[in-house]
Amino acid sequence: MNWEVVIGLEIHAQLSTQSKLFSGAATSFGAEPNTNTTLVDLGMPGALPVFNKEALRMAVMFGSAVNAEIGMTSVFARKNYFYPDLPKGYQTSQMDHPIVGKGFLDITLDDGTVKRVGITRAHLEEDAGKSLHEDFHGMTGIDLNRSSTPLLEIVSEPDMRSAKEAVAYVKMIHSIVTYLGICDGNMAEGSMRCDINISLRPKGQEEFGTRTEIKNVNSFRFIERAIYTEIERQADILEDGGKIVQETRLYDPDKDETRSMRSKEDANDYRYFPCPDLLPIELTQEYVDDIAANLPELPMQKAERFMSEYKLSEYDAGVLSATRAMADYFEEVAKAAGNAKLAANWVMGELSKYLNTEGKEITESNVSAEQLGGLLVRIGDNTINGNTAKSVLQAMWEGQGSADEIIEAKGLKQVTDTGAIEAMIQGVIEANAAQVEQFRASDEDKQKKMIGFFMGQVMKASQGKANPGVVTPILNKLLKG
Amino acid sequence: MVDQSIASLAQKLRAKEISSVELTQDYLARIKQLDGQLNSFITVTDEVALAQAEAADKLIAAGSTSALAGIPIAHKDLFCTDGVLTTCASKMLHNFVPPYESTVTGRMLASGVVTLGKTNMDEFAMGSSNENSYYGAVKNPWNLEKVPGGSSGGSAAAVAAGLCVAATGTDTGGSIRQPASFCGISGLKPTYGRVSRFGMIAYASSLDQAGPMARSAEDCAHILQSIAGFDGNDSTCSEVAIEDYTANLDAPLDGLTIGLPKEYFGDGLNNDVATVIQDAVKEFEKLGAKVKEISLPNLNLSIPSYYVIAPSEASSNLSRFDGVRYGYRCEEPKDLMDMYKRSRGEGFGKEVQKRIMVGTYALSEGYYDAYYLKAQRIRRLIKEDFVNALAEVDVIMGPVAPTTAFGIGAKTDDPIAMYLEDIYTLSINLAGIPAMSIPAGFADGMPVGLQIMGNYFAEAKLLNVAHKFQQATDWHTKNPSLAEGA
Repeated sequence: MNWEVVIGLEIHAQLSTQSKLFSGAATSFGAEPNTNTTLVDLGMPGALPVFNKEALRMAVMFGSAVNAEIGMTSVFARKNYFYPDLPKGYQTSQMDHPIVGKGFLDITLDDGTVKRVGITRAHLEEDAGKSLHEDFHGMTGIDLNRSSTPLLEIVSEPDMRSAKEAVAYVKMIHSIVTYLGICDGNMAEGSMRCDINISLRPKGQEEFGTRTEIKNVNSFRFIERAIYTEIERQADILEDGGKIVQETRLYDPDKDETRSMRSKEDANDYRYFPCPDLLPIELTQEYVDDIAANLPELPMQKAERFMSEYKLSEYDAGVLSATRAMADYFEEVAKAAGNAKLAANWVMGELSKYLNTEGKEITESNVSAEQLGGLLVRIGDNTINGNTAKSVLQAMWEGQGSADEIIEAKGLKQVTDTGAIEAMIQGVIEANAAQVEQFRASDEDKQKKMIGFFMGQVMKASQGKANPGVVTPILNKLLKG
Repeated sequence: MVDQSIASLAQKLRAKEISSVELTQDYLARIKQLDGQLNSFITVTDEVALAQAEAADKLIAAGSTSALAGIPIAHKDLFCTDGVLTTCASKMLHNFVPPYESTVTGRMLASGVVTLGKTNMDEFAMGSSNENSYYGAVKNPWNLEKVPGGSSGGSAAAVAAGLCVAATGTDTGGSIRQPASFCGISGLKPTYGRVSRFGMIAYASSLDQAGPMARSAEDCAHILQSIAGFDGNDSTCSEVAIEDYTANLDAPLDGLTIGLPKEYFGDGLNNDVATVIQDAVKEFEKLGAKVKEISLPNLNLSIPSYYVIAPSEASSNLSRFDGVRYGYRCEEPKDLMDMYKRSRGEGFGKEVQKRIMVGTYALSEGYYDAYYLKAQRIRRLIKEDFVNALAEVDVIMGPVAPTTAFGIGAKTDDPIAMYLEDIYTLSINLAGIPAMSIPAGFADGMPVGLQIMGNYFAEAKLLNVAHKFQQATDWHTKNPSLAEGA
């Protein structure tokens, strides 16, 4: 049968506040266990939560960025369940009255079409701690550093119809939250985690099939693979006339399979009720309007500006605006180089090659935007040609210094002196008399093909330093005799 | 010396008639002599108290104007006290020594009080008789066969027996006022949000409020002055400015309008108690007050509403006692579930377990609307009743409890009868308004408290009304006679 997949996503984005959602403890990653904690995060008797207003501001920023209704009165609720790393025995979250209501965002698919994905809601909640099973001799250690760290849970409508769409959506959310500066987007450290709801239905059927939820997937690649794997698993069951069990599953990237965590029957009754320790959050229209009016430029807006301001192609603008870090890097290179088009080519081309080879993010680049700009300036002013620049960049990547230092040290400065070049070309002509004779006997088409050979010889003679722009007319003139 | 008010002791301390160290030694000796009969203290902190007394004497010598400097008091054992065992009268916390100080006890320390120890209570403040304590029942100093009331029964008994000058209590459904009534002392439950709940081990967060229990309204005023006011550590603590609670104690009551809710004088109210309350109201008329009958039509709904909301919140608040980080953990747990079940099953007493189960049930899927949401709607109706009534009258008066203190064990097998004890007090917590209990007479040899209820943040008015009554009567000066060393 022809199946259609229906996907909805719940994304947990850790908000990059300095302190926790309900306490003054730091949120920094990697501290010694249980050091980033206060009485509140440890769930000590008599400790009370105090709401971090910065998290509120960030949530409202997100709501504004996805065209959502803002909950002018939002309410924290307790989600009650027992778990050793949940110190209070409940997670403070939002249920009936979330801070962000219905909204939407547009994603661009590989074929260039734009698809609108609905946002159901986004709510604030606190994270739990961590259970550590290693090094405790069969016991479990608890680290509450992450306890009460602020999360924004972003729930989508079941609007996605393929793994690619789902990944495009997650990338767009990633892009928006990092652009807004409300989440560092570091998926490896768990700053963004994704729960995927998947169901299949025969193509053309309106009604949704039974769904499964894959918990806590934390990379774009795993999201895509987990979806493919789960689609296959569900399709196999349905093809065999079986039924999908509504359950929570876990994706194992090593085995590339999903497996059952718990079924609906085992699901907790969370006994949500409004948290009596926190007052409802009441917002004024002025507060919301002020945040909306001061939103930073978002990915779509930035791409459009790159197209109009720098005359970049839609594709280039899309790639360079995909993350805020990439966009900022590009713009700095463009500014330093004084040539946006050249900057775009180098950032997307040579630099990206190095980054990809070493698996680095743009923020981890060995070559800073300013340094790369400095290299491009030397292409622009004809000090070096493009090929030489590539080897200079390699030296820069290896930490041998700035572009100018490397050009100087290696004597790579381009030769533009017409007299010197003419002499070099003369030498090439004399050394390749047979080829010159053949050239002169050929028609124009053939000659065009042959000119590359002589060009190569001249570059070789100049050790790559001859300016091709100067070489070409002289070479043509002398070859034709 | 042990039946003196805070004001007179403060004067004597400054006149060097007595030092705080001497005073503290007197009280510690009295606790040693008498508390064997009462069981009002869980922990007595002799050394801490004497060190604080020494420091207070220096403060006073240096000219401290704090009325509480050098005054020996006690705290209900649910206020977290830095370095001092804090049990909530539960096996669950039998070994819990907090590394932090509650806002209430911290503010009183800053006022220079001497802390004699931590008083007994119903476990996790759940009870009306102080019989639900891991550390044993507290006895009423007026009759050792009777309960002192609860849940702040230890504080009430200790103040009444002169084992401390004053004490703190907490009131979720009457836990300051009812024991104050049963033991013949003055107790004030402030407006919800007037006093910070930080460091107070929660029973029902939307109802819990700390307040003073003392020998007079004036003493209550001194303590409230110390503990009231905004605290950034409690999001539900009000930013409304505090008043000078002693400044207007003597303001005349001419023209004061007293509302008497007819529902407070109906079936179930003991006749002798009713007579005491009526006599007290007549005394107020002599002081220039006018009386008006009013109605609080939803009063009868306060018990079901309270016994859904309070256990619901409690079921969640008490989830943190799981044996993982502090407090009681069962021996040799087999696995995680076993640790949870046995730690909580062995650590919590029966009444606490009962309320956790009731609350868990009320919040469960499929029951939430029928119980919790409906209880919240009733709560709003009850609040509206008080708001409407207090638009017409200045204060509302009535009994605190339908009877005087009952016999130990008399109601332990009849939870409904026990819950009905709170009929006149629960609604005040549901509405969030302040209310006091002051001694108004005796019935059958046991004290009877008059309840005075006022508008939001009208604590100064309540204290003024109570103080004028105490100027005109001497019920609050009566003391039980306890045989020493018995």
